[in-house]
Amino acid sequence: MSPEITQDLTAEEQEQLECVYAKPETLTETRFHYCPGCGHSVVHRVLMEVVEELDIQDKTIGIAPVGCSVFAYHYMNIDMQGAAHGRASAVATAVKRLLPDRYVFAYQGDGDLAAIGTAETIHTCNRGENIMIVFINNAIYGMTGGQMAPTTLLGMKTSTSPTGRTVETAGFPIMITNMIAMLPGVAYVTRQSVETPNAVRQLKKAFTKGFQYQKEHKGTCFIEVVSNCPSGWKMTPLQANKWLVENMFPVYPPGDIKVPA
Amino acid sequence: MGDTRLMKGNEALAEAAIRAGCQGYFGYPITPQSEILEYLADEGRKRGMIVLQAESEVASINMVYGGAGAGARVMTSSSSPGISLMQEGISYIACAELPCLIVNVNRGGPGLGTIQPSQGDYFQSVKGGGHGDYRLIVLAPSSVQEMADFVYDAFDLADKYRTPVLILADGALGQMMEKVEFREYIPADHVPPKPWATTGKLKERARNFVTSLHMQPEQMEEVNKHLQAKYRTIAEHEVRYELVAADDAEYMIVAYGLAARVSHRAVQLARAEGIRVGLLRPITLWPYPSAVLQSIASRLQGVLVVEMNAGQMVEDVRLAVEGRAPVHFYGRMGGVIPGPDEVVRALRAIVHNEVAQAAEAH
Ligand SMILES: Cc1ncc(C[n+]2csc(CCOP(=O)(O)OP(=O)(O)O)c2C)c(N)n1
Ligand code: SF4
Repeated sequence: MSPEITQDLTAEEQEQLECVYAKPETLTETRFHYCPGCGHSVVHRVLMEVVEELDIQDKTIGIAPVGCSVFAYHYMNIDMQGAAHGRASAVATAVKRLLPDRYVFAYQGDGDLAAIGTAETIHTCNRGENIMIVFINNAIYGMTGGQMAPTTLLGMKTSTSPTGRTVETAGFPIMITNMIAMLPGVAYVTRQSVETPNAVRQLKKAFTKGFQYQKEHKGTCFIEVVSNCPSGWKMTPLQANKWLVENMFPVYPPGDIKVPA
Repeated sequence: MGDTRLMKGNEALAEAAIRAGCQGYFGYPITPQSEILEYLADEGRKRGMIVLQAESEVASINMVYGGAGAGARVMTSSSSPGISLMQEGISYIACAELPCLIVNVNRGGPGLGTIQPSQGDYFQSVKGGGHGDYRLIVLAPSSVQEMADFVYDAFDLADKYRTPVLILADGALGQMMEKVEFREYIPADHVPPKPWATTGKLKERARNFVTSLHMQPEQMEEVNKHLQAKYRTIAEHEVRYELVAADDAEYMIVAYGLAARVSHRAVQLARAEGIRVGLLRPITLWPYPSAVLQSIASRLQGVLVVEMNAGQMVEDVRLAVEGRAPVHFYGRMGGVIPGPDEVVRALRAIVHNEVAQAAEAH
């Protein structure tokens, strides 16, 4: 428990407290820099809880993207590499090929994975690389200040689609996860979210499966998280989560898309 | 014990990579160097190497980043347009201080250009290429033997300095067949362990992370200072060159790679005509053998730089000579290899013109 919360209590009172929720060892002491309510924080924590529960901290190597989660390696207490924008899955490919008994994951935003890194994403999955790709879909470029992403919804306003995204100028939101599911090398494709405690629990299960399948050499595991960007969307965290359910889910419905036989 | 074979330069380079214990190769086909990928896809895999044909050179170089970051000895190879595509990744690798080997079998440019041999990528190789202040150690072979030998040296230098090393060859060196002797690879004794590699965080150590991002400008300046200090050390210790017939030379040809071989022959022909000319062949293009050039320049009547480009290395020669002797240039572009006779003609013109000028002055 953090010192700020416990400092008002006497030593005796503190001792009587029961710890019901603690930071996993797989997260560092560094505070998240994410905006309040941002999905990245929750996903980081859940992912690292799973690494701790599976006791694979010493065997897991993560690849951070360029995007808001560029500093993931400051928070996740595991060995990590920061990849160039879009190339996390190529970096992960090499790490896994050279260290085949390790668990390797790439953590990427929608601009990173589905715009600049599309070729790497598709070919990594097509080779069936035995890694897990965590795809944070917040329908916007958070880090660079709220520009249109390939997953931006039609009609959605961003700084580069100021009157709302139109098909004429920008095409449709890319269904990259469904495209990935078509590739035979891919074992597990699921779309999850983090807007409610129950969603978080489901996501945790998905991560656990992802690592389990990797252990069993099943092929690529691709986990999309429909997430939010309160700052980029110019909403409060609560508004953002409500907006997510009402607008993102119809286009990106949660659920398993492909599961191993 | 040596093992002598007749091989293409590309194949010799690939064979040497296997012998040097290269664990991972990532590359994309492009003429005139595809034999490297082909050779490794067969021989390399048979001998335990991870060999992956990537979807692009962009993917290749980022795979090299990942593999090197995981502590493995890794490499890629390509030719000019492919090397251009890799530049962002090379800059990341230099900043993250990841040891690796990059091979450029230079073809004629700009653009899609030609598949014929060229030295048009000199600037790109030695002046940066990608963004930011970084350097590559650049080795320039001029024979099939050196295509093999320099692979051993490149991997050792990369590990010693935690820096990417570039072998800059050209299409002719890649394609021609020559006798090559493979000496046993004995790692240089200075090859350090890699405790920084991301191999999985053990309880007894802090996590490792590989990155090139430092948001605070002061922090980024420190990183830059560290890199610059490293580059100064390299410049102090790793300059390599070859001098031919330099002792009594009044004129010097400066040329590297294939152009140096042509110029070597030109030196013999010119000497037969009574022109006292020697050859300086830079082997490291960075760090550049400026000091040797500086030390001999004042006793020279003239310097002739021969390149297979529009005149790139000649700028470094001028910087080293600093006006102590006139510097001339002879080059062919677009994949054309100059003949020794052309070089001799260029030399003659310089010599005679200078003789004429001297006569006028008297
Ligand atoms: C080659 C290159 N191009 C552009 C950028 C600038 N850039 C940094 S992050 C980013 C977009 C990130 O958006 P996303 O992947 O959706 O992640 P988020 O920030 O939303 O989590 C861009 C365009 C860059 N760093 N490198
Ligand atoms: S800008 Fe958006 S994605 Fe980035 S930290 Fe803030 S809320 Fe999260």
